[in-house]
Amino acid sequence: MTIDSVRAALLSRQASATELATDALKFAEAENPRTNAYLHFSPERALAAAKRVDEQLARGEEPGPLAGVPIAVKDVIVTKGLRTTCGSRLLAHYIPPYDATAVVRLEQAGGVLIGKTNCDEFAMGSSNENSAFGPVLNPVDPTRVPGGTSGGSAAAVAQGTAVVALGSDTGGSIRQPASFCGVVGVCPTYGRVSRYGLTAHASSLDHIGPLARTVRDAATLLGVIAGHDPCDSTSAAAPVPDYPALLDGQVKGLKLGLPREYLKDLTSETGDLISQGVEVFQRLGCEVREISMPATGYAIACYYIISTAEASSNLARFDGVRYTARSASSETLADLYRNTRGEGFGAECKRRIMLGTYVLSHGYYDAYYVKAQKVRSLIARDFANAFQEVDAIVAPVSPFPAFKLGEKVDDPIAMYLSDIYTITGSLAGIPCMSVPCGTTAAGLPVGMQILTRHFDETTMFRLADAFERTRS
Amino acid sequence: MSSSAIDMATPDAIARYEPVIGLEVHVQLATATKIFCGCPTSFGASPNTNVCPVCLGLPGALPVLSREAVELAIKGGLALNCHIRSQSRFARKNYFYPDLPKGYQISQYDEPVAEHGFVDILVDGVEKRIGVTRVHMEDDAGKSIHDGFKDSDRYSYVDLNRCGTPLIEIVSDPDMRSSAEAYAYLTEVKQVLQFVEVSTCDMEKGHLRCDANVSVRLKGAEKFGTKAEVKNLNSFRFLKQALDYEIVRQVALLEGGGRVVQETRLYDPDLGETFTMRSKEDAHDYRYFPEPDLVPLRVGEKWLAEVRASMPELPACKRKRFIEEYGLRAYDAEVLTAARPASEYYETVAKVSGDPKIAANWVMGDLMALLKAEGKEIAASPVRPENLGELVKLIVKDEISGKLAKEIFPKMFSSGDSAGVVMEREGLKQISDTDALDRIIAEVIANNPKQVEQYRGGKTTVINFLVGQAMRATRGQANVTLVTGLLKRKLGTGEIC
Repeated sequence: MTIDSVRAALLSRQASATELATDALKFAEAENPRTNAYLHFSPERALAAAKRVDEQLARGEEPGPLAGVPIAVKDVIVTKGLRTTCGSRLLAHYIPPYDATAVVRLEQAGGVLIGKTNCDEFAMGSSNENSAFGPVLNPVDPTRVPGGTSGGSAAAVAQGTAVVALGSDTGGSIRQPASFCGVVGVCPTYGRVSRYGLTAHASSLDHIGPLARTVRDAATLLGVIAGHDPCDSTSAAAPVPDYPALLDGQVKGLKLGLPREYLKDLTSETGDLISQGVEVFQRLGCEVREISMPATGYAIACYYIISTAEASSNLARFDGVRYTARSASSETLADLYRNTRGEGFGAECKRRIMLGTYVLSHGYYDAYYVKAQKVRSLIARDFANAFQEVDAIVAPVSPFPAFKLGEKVDDPIAMYLSDIYTITGSLAGIPCMSVPCGTTAAGLPVGMQILTRHFDETTMFRLADAFERTRS
Repeated sequence: MSSSAIDMATPDAIARYEPVIGLEVHVQLATATKIFCGCPTSFGASPNTNVCPVCLGLPGALPVLSREAVELAIKGGLALNCHIRSQSRFARKNYFYPDLPKGYQISQYDEPVAEHGFVDILVDGVEKRIGVTRVHMEDDAGKSIHDGFKDSDRYSYVDLNRCGTPLIEIVSDPDMRSSAEAYAYLTEVKQVLQFVEVSTCDMEKGHLRCDANVSVRLKGAEKFGTKAEVKNLNSFRFLKQALDYEIVRQVALLEGGGRVVQETRLYDPDLGETFTMRSKEDAHDYRYFPEPDLVPLRVGEKWLAEVRASMPELPACKRKRFIEEYGLRAYDAEVLTAARPASEYYETVAKVSGDPKIAANWVMGDLMALLKAEGKEIAASPVRPENLGELVKLIVKDEISGKLAKEIFPKMFSSGDSAGVVMEREGLKQISDTDALDRIIAEVIANNPKQVEQYRGGKTTVINFLVGQAMRATRGQANVTLVTGLLKRKLGTGEIC
């Protein structure tokens, strides 16, 4: 189903929101053992939301843009009264006392939150194998990873257990799983969607964004959750366009850039699919030119310095003193911290806390953190220069399609390197998305990435939508 | 340190050294709400009730900077003669502690809101300028409570009400050379911040906290000695005692052939000594980095001008003006400008009465004495400044005697009424009626023949005694000038009644 088909069903009285929610919950719970996409369901909350929609319809009121739509929310986004684990043992029983702004907005728009989705612990990873509650399996091929860290949200949408989902993206955590699972995933401009209620991984890079089966649905969901929030000082005051209304399939004359630095290390199948995708745009009347992004080679190092530095600080609050699960026996305060964090955090979080602590340490700060910030501005400048010439950049999302479970889990460097094409956009803070552009011979989905100027999600959606139309 | 080691610091030895002192003063801003959320800052609420996801540091919560807190920080900076930076930035100071729920404090590091200021102090009649390195904003931590609970032997408790309370930290240059200078500096900082209402500076409530960096060097030496940081100086007395102890301790170390170790020390007011809290090796690496959850703070010309315009006249300017405009003595001007309520009270009295000097005497004399006796602040004075002004005006216009005024004033103080109301009620009125006075004077002359004789014999000073008698007979209500004139006339003309 899509948002529009749910709406049509409700307005034609084919089904009530309550019936839809009941069915969605039943289906999601039945399907979940196949993928482990959901960590927990929220039937009471879903049925209460559905009831509100049904009452609105009964009163003849215009229902919100997400009326009756079953939605899954990544478990790093806090939900009042509903367990929010961040994929971590440390928060296995944590029940937040407030809702994230994005969650408030989607429910105000009539959305029906059916459950919280699995993810890498504190959104750190690229495969969803870092969840304390077991990996998510790719619904396309259960021997493969769904991508990370929003793997649960991507899998839920791909399986059809949720019409749309919220994920979070710090270095590709929405786009890469969307690509691996064959769905649409959007990382909006930094500041477009409030981060209030998103458990912080790396604050200057964290985004909440939509995953959906169609570009239109992703655009609709973004339109609902976007916009200034007084609770987030970094959220932007820029007006939010009516994205779905602007999707007319017309992209003729738009200039697209193809960065040569992004095309070298692709597996041939991914490279071929991206090339075919670019040809589609040419047929649609876009002008494609090769561009250069010379700072790309420094992006991985830059990203893993800035993100781990911020993460080491953001994860400090999980210390066993208040809401965090506390280690059972500790003699001293230092023991309490060591035991709680030693037992609680998984290997990847510990690795990043150590890296981040190191790069911020006295005597190393200038060489790592300050240098990385300079590189970050170089990367942003590459994009600014490119956008003088072109309206959008087209690139792969990942060098390869979904890999096997366990294939890279013991090789963190290989895992980090797989983020190469997504982290540049994150560092620049520009909008970027993954749109499906075909499957490999083995049937594995491959996503194409579209990146545009700050706050120009409209052009990004128009291109993705036009591309999608040629494929259906 | 043993007492024999301390003995190395003989008065002669101490005299050869020069202490170098810098202070770090934490001041709680007088905002109604916290710096990054809307929770109240009120003191004394039940533990963990003035809290929300933001000040509890719950996952996903984000700070939003309070405009009121920034304005008070700017006011504080201006009051300390600082330059206000057009852009400043918040930074995270990372460390673990149970009363620090985020695992970091949000402070300012390399870009503070204000810098390059100064404070002028007066010690033993010598004026000295102490540099203010910087003023930066930060959020306060909560409180760990280690006793008072029945299982306090096994548990510590944490109260997070104070978490997120807005503070400014004022860092001085290492410009002070004695505990007396440090005392004077802290006094001046406190007075000026209270004056501009940036903080109540109530030390008992922890609204003003002070740490000191202390080192000593041989007089004439250029290089600073190794410093120790002394914490927990939570009263003016402790500050002075701790500094004096620390100076002696460091001199004794050096005189004994040892050296001062860079470390953090804690003052124990019961023992009157400082002791090691942590050494340099154990010092925290706070891993400061720019706070990504807050955008840089920009203070534009317009905003700065608005804040500047809302500032009251600063004590130093007011002092100067009181001397020039009202002809007050330096000491009186100092006393009357020490606190804003007193200065404002005085100025009203001066204006209403028309005689600033007599007004100053009344405010500093009779008013202060009664306030002190009753333990009242001037802001809570039962006598309104307008009413005291009117009373002084009556004296100035010679409508009542000073003596009568002194009788009226306590009645104004106890009742809160104006001079007119008190006089009406008590029947206290200046007698200016010549007929009535003639009768009283006749009595005085009749009752004091000896003095009358002396006066007539040329001892004219006796007139004062006779005036006094007349005043006593009228319970001070006679117009002194009139009485004196009438007496002289009667005695001079030789008229005998």
